[in-house]
Amino acid sequence: MTAHVHDNINYLKTSKGLKSWLTTVDHKRIGLMYLASILVFFITGGLYALLFRLELWTPNKDFLSVDQYNNFFTMHGVIMVFLVVVPGIPGALGNFVLPLQIGAKDLAFPKLNLTSLYLYWLGAILAVISLLAGHADSGWTFYAPYSLSKNPAVMWMLTAAFLLGFSSILTGLNFIVTIHKMRAPGMTWFRMPLFIWALYATAIMQVFATPVLGITLILMLVENFFHIGIFDPALGGDPILMQHFFWFYSHPAVYIIVVPAFGIASELIATFSKKEIFGYKFIAFSSVAITVIGFLVWGHHMFVAGQSEVADTIFSFLTFFTAIPSAIKVFNWTTTLYKGSIELRTPMLYGLQVLFNFTIGGLTGIILAILSVDIHLHDTYFVVSHFHYVAMGTTMIAFIGGIHYWWPKMTGRMYNEVVGKFASLLVFVGFNTVFFPQLIMGSQGSPRRYYHYLPDFQIFHQISTIGIIILAVGLFTALINLLMSLRRAPDAPQNPWGARTLEWEFAETPPVLFNFKETPVVTHGPYEFAKEGA
Amino acid sequence: MASTTLQEHEVAHHFDDLEQEFESQKFGMWLFMASEIMMFGALLVGGLFLLYLHPDAFAESRPHLDWRLGALNTFFLLTGGFTMARAAGFAQQREQGKVRTNLILSLLLACGFLVVKTIEYKAKFHHGLLPGHAFHGEGFTSLHAHIFFGYYFVATGLHALHVLIGMGLMIWCLKVSKRVQFTRDYYTPVEFAGMYWALVDLVWVFLFPLLYLVG
Repeated sequence: MTAHVHDNINYLKTSKGLKSWLTTVDHKRIGLMYLASILVFFITGGLYALLFRLELWTPNKDFLSVDQYNNFFTMHGVIMVFLVVVPGIPGALGNFVLPLQIGAKDLAFPKLNLTSLYLYWLGAILAVISLLAGHADSGWTFYAPYSLSKNPAVMWMLTAAFLLGFSSILTGLNFIVTIHKMRAPGMTWFRMPLFIWALYATAIMQVFATPVLGITLILMLVENFFHIGIFDPALGGDPILMQHFFWFYSHPAVYIIVVPAFGIASELIATFSKKEIFGYKFIAFSSVAITVIGFLVWGHHMFVAGQSEVADTIFSFLTFFTAIPSAIKVFNWTTTLYKGSIELRTPMLYGLQVLFNFTIGGLTGIILAILSVDIHLHDTYFVVSHFHYVAMGTTMIAFIGGIHYWWPKMTGRMYNEVVGKFASLLVFVGFNTVFFPQLIMGSQGSPRRYYHYLPDFQIFHQISTIGIIILAVGLFTALINLLMSLRRAPDAPQNPWGARTLEWEFAETPPVLFNFKETPVVTHGPYEFAKEGA
Repeated sequence: MASTTLQEHEVAHHFDDLEQEFESQKFGMWLFMASEIMMFGALLVGGLFLLYLHPDAFAESRPHLDWRLGALNTFFLLTGGFTMARAAGFAQQREQGKVRTNLILSLLLACGFLVVKTIEYKAKFHHGLLPGHAFHGEGFTSLHAHIFFGYYFVATGLHALHVLIGMGLMIWCLKVSKRVQFTRDYYTPVEFAGMYWALVDLVWVFLFPLLYLVG
């Protein structure tokens, strides 16, 4: 192994050339490749959203046909869910940070990790093929029987989602084993950073829920090809069975999307308050509690689909339960801020946005869990706004905050702080301008996914469309700010934020090939700011 | 028959020792099995639901499957599970030759399973007992017999795919056994192939009654 010669060199410099990246088993490089891929798809999915929001400027046709409109919101949904928010934080930041934070040399299965990335790329390629094969227009939920109409674009999409699911399972498996078996000496379970707890809870859902999506997609493909009649009512099948299967995965998937974001929020809020996080164990276990409850609430997506009243009541009741661990997090973050020495650096600005947006995203979820209210709100813009407050307002904002937080560690460079703060302000204003009006028009009954809408709702659509332009400007400013830093000479100190976790205290910036020059020995918790010197 | 030319296994760079490596890999394999069980579990729940939805189709279609062939296949698979467990046991005792014998026995049993499965599939094709629109079986009063046979082909097909993967793992073990000395601390490939075969067995133990016996 020639690698030994370069053991103590910065991981970006150990070897050069495209081939060295494509064949690497280093979790840090794999994380960076995920990051680049995910950002490309985030921009793609975002452009789709920008285009159909512009179309919605007036209630009638502006520049997209009905078909194109249906295709655009489907592509936006599929790309954002399967290629961005589900793999996003674990694939990019989890991969890079997890071994560093627990003091391991790599993930337990480095080659499997690379396999996950290749499966992700393969899934992405199939999604692009789908784009060329026609108009996928089923929405990201692929509901039967519409998705069984042999539309080749939808079939490519189903296959893509299957491969992406496989990739997600392998990542989750890798994370669970790594967290159990690879922790450095002294890194007890309760000294693990909360980001690790969040990734752990997420990984459990990835491993146990995703295979159900896998079999659902297989059955739908087989149904498309051979017309077996499992889901197709015309052949004696049951389309609601498909919804049950789909949401058995896709509800936990919502938590796969959001729980890692909670982890990042905990890191940001504790580090930039320079204060021991309030209720560490409660936050840690609330992630696990969300995982457990998350498996038992899928029926709340089918309140108006003809489910029995008994099932409706039970699912509604269980859904209320998810409020408890979610609220624990929000309260504990807020309490951490109280009397902390708050430093408003760029990552922290995103951390605070998460706190704000998730409070709205979470509370609107409770409103939707009320049976009688849901009958009115189901399939309106209220639902769209609710899950965007979670998937975009919480997950993507935390993701962007996390990128700003770990960027110096990844690249060795600091970005422009003033531009970074300005961008985060634009993102905050833009995001809320897009989605707050949607809450209002949804509560007034404006249905989602419609090409034509009542003229009464035009003002809300127009505010929303203005919002997405502000949001896009903010996101591009943030991206350009980050990329510009790469042109500078490496200037980041080892621990620019004064954080107490291993990746900042022990690892160099950027880390060496096997992360640490010698195995770190952990002697304190992740947020012990009062005691100086480890 | 441990040959002197065999190498000892080397611990991968990111692990501290053999024990950590073995424990990690075994834990990973268990998680993978759990994920497979969730997948087949959903498939079985789907099957039970179809049985509940169309009991007439199941009752009428089941006699077209030969339970004796199914029982013979159950025997092949479970005996294969036994020989795989023996292989893992011998691997720990450094009995490289006996490991190979048991792997080859397991492979033969797996082949037996696939031969019987092929005979069964051929008969279904011959009688037109096929999924969906391709179904043209005669003498059925139920309108939904095509669903039973659709499910039959999907479930047993997916299972057969896992049989093939299991056989691939056995061949991989045979190849490794020629290169690396298995020891008490390193018999990971054989252990994995054995675990995987247990999964293949487990799924079949549920599929067999659901398709051949119930209804």
